[in-house]
Amino acid sequence: MIITENLSKKFEDFTAVDSINLEVNPGELLALLGPNGAGKTTTVRMLTSVLHPSSGTAKVAGFDVVNQAPQVRASVGVLTEHHGLYNRMRASEYLEFFGEIYGLETKARKKRAKNMLNDFGLSNNANQRIGEFSKGMRQKLALGRALLHRPHVLLLDEPTSAMDPESARLVRDAIKELRSDQRSIMICTHNLAEAEELADRIAIIQDGKIIANDSPSALKMNMLGPPEYEVRLGEDLNGRQPNLPENVDLTANGKDWLRFRSDNPNDFNPLVVQKLVKQNFSIVSLQEVPRSLEQVYLRAVDSQYIKGDPVVS
Amino acid sequence: MLAELRPALMVTRREVRDQLRDWRIIIPIAVLTIFFPSLMNFTAERAVNFVGNYGASIVAERLIPFLLMVVGFFPASFSLIIALESFVGEKERGSIEPLLASPLSDLQLYLGKLMAVMVPPLLASYLGITVYLVRVYRELGWVPELDLLLQILALTFVQALTMVSGAVVISTQATSVRAANLLASFIIVPMALLIQGESLVMFWGQYDVLWLAVLGMIIIAGLLVRTGVGHFNREELLGKEIDVINFKWSWHLFSSALKGKATSIGSWYKLEVLGLLKLYRLPILLMSIMVIASLFIGASQTSRFAIPPELINLDNTEGKLSEGLDQFSVLSASGIPIIWFHNIRVILLAAILGMFTYGVLGILVLMLPMMLIGYFLATISSAGISAVTFFGAFVLPHGVFEIPALILAAASIFHLGANLAAPSGGTKIGEGLIISLANWVKIMLGLIIPLLLAASITEALITPQVVLHYFGN
Repeated sequence: MIITENLSKKFEDFTAVDSINLEVNPGELLALLGPNGAGKTTTVRMLTSVLHPSSGTAKVAGFDVVNQAPQVRASVGVLTEHHGLYNRMRASEYLEFFGEIYGLETKARKKRAKNMLNDFGLSNNANQRIGEFSKGMRQKLALGRALLHRPHVLLLDEPTSAMDPESARLVRDAIKELRSDQRSIMICTHNLAEAEELADRIAIIQDGKIIANDSPSALKMNMLGPPEYEVRLGEDLNGRQPNLPENVDLTANGKDWLRFRSDNPNDFNPLVVQKLVKQNFSIVSLQEVPRSLEQVYLRAVDSQYIKGDPVVS
Repeated sequence: MLAELRPALMVTRREVRDQLRDWRIIIPIAVLTIFFPSLMNFTAERAVNFVGNYGASIVAERLIPFLLMVVGFFPASFSLIIALESFVGEKERGSIEPLLASPLSDLQLYLGKLMAVMVPPLLASYLGITVYLVRVYRELGWVPELDLLLQILALTFVQALTMVSGAVVISTQATSVRAANLLASFIIVPMALLIQGESLVMFWGQYDVLWLAVLGMIIIAGLLVRTGVGHFNREELLGKEIDVINFKWSWHLFSSALKGKATSIGSWYKLEVLGLLKLYRLPILLMSIMVIASLFIGASQTSRFAIPPELINLDNTEGKLSEGLDQFSVLSASGIPIIWFHNIRVILLAAILGMFTYGVLGILVLMLPMMLIGYFLATISSAGISAVTFFGAFVLPHGVFEIPALILAAASIFHLGANLAAPSGGTKIGEGLIISLANWVKIMLGLIIPLLLAASITEALITPQVVLHYFGN
């Protein structure tokens, strides 16, 4: 579990992280999103007891990041921004080295290294020098290193960057599986589709501050308003203005379609259909307009610039 | 202890294995280990034959041990390059971060890397020395004395340790190998001067002096290792992303440390200046002991550098003093600023020297006058004149102000050096240095400069009168 309270980090006169409050429960995955230089990496470094917070507190896997730093580091698996691989080592050697650092017995670390290589499709490359690996292979190996000691908490910085779609899917599935093992996982990513797919909660950080923190659906509701629905009609509107029930706002319309917003679709959507049918419109389809996390992200980041008001629940 | 060392050895093992896979390290070391000793051997043989033809066998005698030292130093010097690569290169490539996020302690990582960068070059050095010795024995029948051999082996070791420990300190202040290479001149230049000095000693034939070089290097290496341990930590390694000096922040930190919690000049003096005396308790005690020790050291030198008693004549002091007063404007009211500025200048020089030498040179500069006083007191005493009266007349009147000022100055410089070696409260090198400088300025403005002013007034106006009173006709 990860809990931070007013966690801040200053470098000389620059505030990299400014009083952030986060909570990631066991079995939960938090995606930390934000522009480059927003404070994601500094946050991860504080949570791995690599950097001391300037103020505030954080507990990771039940240990205080300042006073129980060795225990924190032993309980955390971290995929760093830079993979930090040794090019002249062989893949199996590399994993065994870190297994030894994390105190695994010889037999256990050999076995786990082998399994890890197998899980990430690298078993045929076990004796290959890391310098010969592709970017994606390096990423998978680095991820294997982070998981080798079976940590309770995982902090993953861009876990699927530089991977081909197949490998990225493999890694995403692995992350889902890890979450189901009651691990607390935090990922920093610029891949919003991935964040949406994996995350139970999304936190957006900008200029060191958390400007939004909620579940993806709640964030969409808060940031983009009630969901929007689109009705496809069987004929052109030809200038006719459809009459919709009260409390339903027509947001847009085109040649043979219209969009409306409804904060209670169960009640209002059937009424919309009835009313349109009564007005002799033939309805081809009615579906929710997909809203991406990208819209939420951009809205959050832009509104922060415009208004400076955080959307934190 | 062994359990603590085990993770460090894991790091060492990995790094040594990594180095042995890098041809850019292996080839030069192999050349310096196998071919270079042979070249030196060839040089020695030719030189011995050449100088033998002209009866200058002493040159040959001195050349062979000198080349032995060179053969040891060259591969060992590789430790500097490997250290910069290991400490800064890993930081630059980001491969140090997974290690920093692991349960390894800062000390384990430091020791692991320190051993890793020292072992291969040192082994190469000792192997090179062996190759050289075997060949020189076979071709010239020369065998080194055990003492000399031990000196060379010890020198090679401490030189490598000094370079590596210096490289670690540099690595904490650099984010790229390029930046580290630029800073490495702070190691290379002093090392080059040291090797030149050692060469002179060897050609001079005073091999015992080499033990002093070994001792000096051990002290320097010890200080550098302590500094490295103090600063090779996660915060220092990853808390710095760019190689720039932030003047705005530095000035802000300096000015707020200088002002402290004070709200008025009175409270500044009470809280910040006099409050510092508490912080400097131990340095003040140590420097007071140093002052007394310096007097004795000075006194002990009279036997080596004796002035014949007949040359010491305090007769007609009044006449000589009047002559002195006429010749120099120092011993009059107009001399007050001259004495004052001179003393301030010396303390500034001591502080600058101290900043680069952990306070050592700064303290030495300040203790030199005490050694001279000790020397003169002992000399005067040997001429049958009371040293107590001499001290009371010539030194004590202004010394009442000047000696405490000197002790305070030495204590603040000592504290500055100590803080650099062992930072307090997890401060970074730059941060610690700025705060120590602010403290130094506080003590200078609040106590040392006023004390020196009082001393210069007394020295110019009162001391001559006291001298005349006791030693006048």
